[in-house]
Amino acid sequence: MNIHEYQAKELMQKFGVATPPGAAASTAEEAEAAAKSLNTSDLVVKAQIHAGGRGKGTFKNGFKGGVHLCKTPAEVKELASKMIGQTLVTVQTGETGKLVSKVLVAQSKEIARELYFAIVLDREAQAPVVIASTKGGVNIEEVAEHTPELILRLRIDPALGLQPYEARKLADYLDLKGELLKPACAIFHALYNLFIKTDCSLVEINPLVVTNQNEVLALDAKFNFDDNALYRHPDIVAYRDITEEDPREVEASKFGLSYIGLDGNIACLVNGAGLAMGTMDIIQYAGGKPANFLDVGGGANEQQVTEAFKILVSDTNVKAILVNIFGGIMKCDTIAQGIINAVKAVSLPVPLVVRLEGTNVAAGKKLLKESNLPIIAADDLADAAKKVVAAVK
Amino acid sequence: MSILVDNNTRLLVQGITGKAGGFHAKQCLEYGTNIVAGVTPGRGGETWENKVPVFNTASEAREKTGCNATMIFVPAPGAADSILEAADAGIELIICITEGIPVIDMMRAKVGLRDKKVRLIGPNCPGIITPGQCKIGIMPGYIHKPGKVGVVSRSGTLTYEAVWQLTSRGLGQSTCIGIGGDPINGTSHTDAVRMFNEDPGTEAIILIGEIGGTGEEDAADYIKKHVKKPVAAFIAGATAPPGRRMGHAGAIVSGGKGTAAGKIAALEAAGVAIAKTPAEMADALIRRMK
Repeated sequence: MNIHEYQAKELMQKFGVATPPGAAASTAEEAEAAAKSLNTSDLVVKAQIHAGGRGKGTFKNGFKGGVHLCKTPAEVKELASKMIGQTLVTVQTGETGKLVSKVLVAQSKEIARELYFAIVLDREAQAPVVIASTKGGVNIEEVAEHTPELILRLRIDPALGLQPYEARKLADYLDLKGELLKPACAIFHALYNLFIKTDCSLVEINPLVVTNQNEVLALDAKFNFDDNALYRHPDIVAYRDITEEDPREVEASKFGLSYIGLDGNIACLVNGAGLAMGTMDIIQYAGGKPANFLDVGGGANEQQVTEAFKILVSDTNVKAILVNIFGGIMKCDTIAQGIINAVKAVSLPVPLVVRLEGTNVAAGKKLLKESNLPIIAADDLADAAKKVVAAVK
Repeated sequence: MSILVDNNTRLLVQGITGKAGGFHAKQCLEYGTNIVAGVTPGRGGETWENKVPVFNTASEAREKTGCNATMIFVPAPGAADSILEAADAGIELIICITEGIPVIDMMRAKVGLRDKKVRLIGPNCPGIITPGQCKIGIMPGYIHKPGKVGVVSRSGTLTYEAVWQLTSRGLGQSTCIGIGGDPINGTSHTDAVRMFNEDPGTEAIILIGEIGGTGEEDAADYIKKHVKKPVAAFIAGATAPPGRRMGHAGAIVSGGKGTAAGKIAALEAAGVAIAKTPAEMADALIRRMK
């Protein structure tokens, strides 16, 4: 799950991570009021969308830039009125752009140095790993590729957590000394605390800055949260903005289905994540393009299968559907009945190829045959892929 | 011959009175698995299916029944704790089926297992089966056949696919292990390959991987150095978009690491036969065995 910049700021403030003062606003008037309460002539207004590249983006109303510096609350009001309710197109949003419903109004800072600081739950280390670099404000993956010597990776013992000496080591590596040492260590500890307490899989501060006033501040933050742990963080779940998500994925999640939209034209419905990926692969190998990843899970019922079908056929790019089920605990006849009900309920607009294998497969195939629905039966996985690719050509 | 589980396995089921736990324990019992105890806190003294004694704690179950393996069906918020409880009771083999355990809980649980002589399989896995002897998990028993091919996989249904291909071509399995789809788990591909390599009853191996992490690359490295038995592999997710979690929490390509192409290259360099599609897993192995 992703969150907005202003929400990240709220979260950091809650955990005592030093960050420039600021607040979110939903109207131009709110933005003006927020600017007044900051009591400064160094202001910045930032459009709040999940995608990056905001500064260089263009609004569909012609207004250029999703990030603007200014001096007075009146200017903030003017800028906010041109952003709120408008659609911003950036390199990451695609042509459709993203609707801006809030702006962040914050104090802008004069920056002396830009650094990089992140904590990631590393699967190889089986522990949190801190990544720090003196090259901040740029893409860290490029730094890792071209100048790996400028990156420090520090494994944190999960039983001990970040120790004071480790924080000092990180500060030293980032050349944060003298009066900067204490605030730097404080920010590292606060971020580690936030990371653990909110079940993050990633906290990325890029850049972590030293200002001309000798402050150490988290300027921009990216958080990824462990979906499995969201049940114990209702405050984080409340940050979810479903207008930022693919509506098909939102719909699927309501029914406990794992769906990811892709840009091909062959929809697939599979049980199990590994087999679902494998099915996407074999479609591609047979010369087709998958329209989605869809795992109905190990114990899907008829209703879930019906809902899954509705989502698949709602995608107008879809030219054929492939159902691939290896019935283990899930019986093939139950699945067949679910497919029949679903096809009747959604009135199938495209060819449907079904491959069933496993428990009660004979009964399942018989049900499909006797339903007299226009279902193309496949003998095995390779046959199914071949048939569905042929169906779209 | 087989690895880890056989006729001598005495199984405990943690969460035996729950809906999923009870259903699958019954399937295991019908397959012939020797289930000797169950644990549900607060319900000690009951008898499950008129046969199996239920205890309040894992240590009591261990003491009274001598169970040497456990299958965990406890819901995600308490599952990591149940792993620790089983380890503390001295149960040598822990199979955690539960999916959706927070990663930080698993990270802590693994710290707790550091100094204990236990093997954890999973979590978020289908379990382990030695055909004809012992089934621990949620896999359909009847697709398996006793034999000499070892199967290790991160995915459930993809394992069934491989097993079914083997069985329908007349090739049985020594043991099949699902190591699970989570980023932090107990048994790695390399652990499983090493055990199959050392097992005289296993003559060939199918390794099924997927995008994310470096477990398959590590296994490739081990195979290159130590394994003379024929190995075939399939890696799922070659067409998955980077940066997206594909169902399994562990299946995500990030920062250019964990790609299918990288894993396939490493395995090929180790002399492993690659199945280009999931329909060819058994055939790829059969070709290599000739």
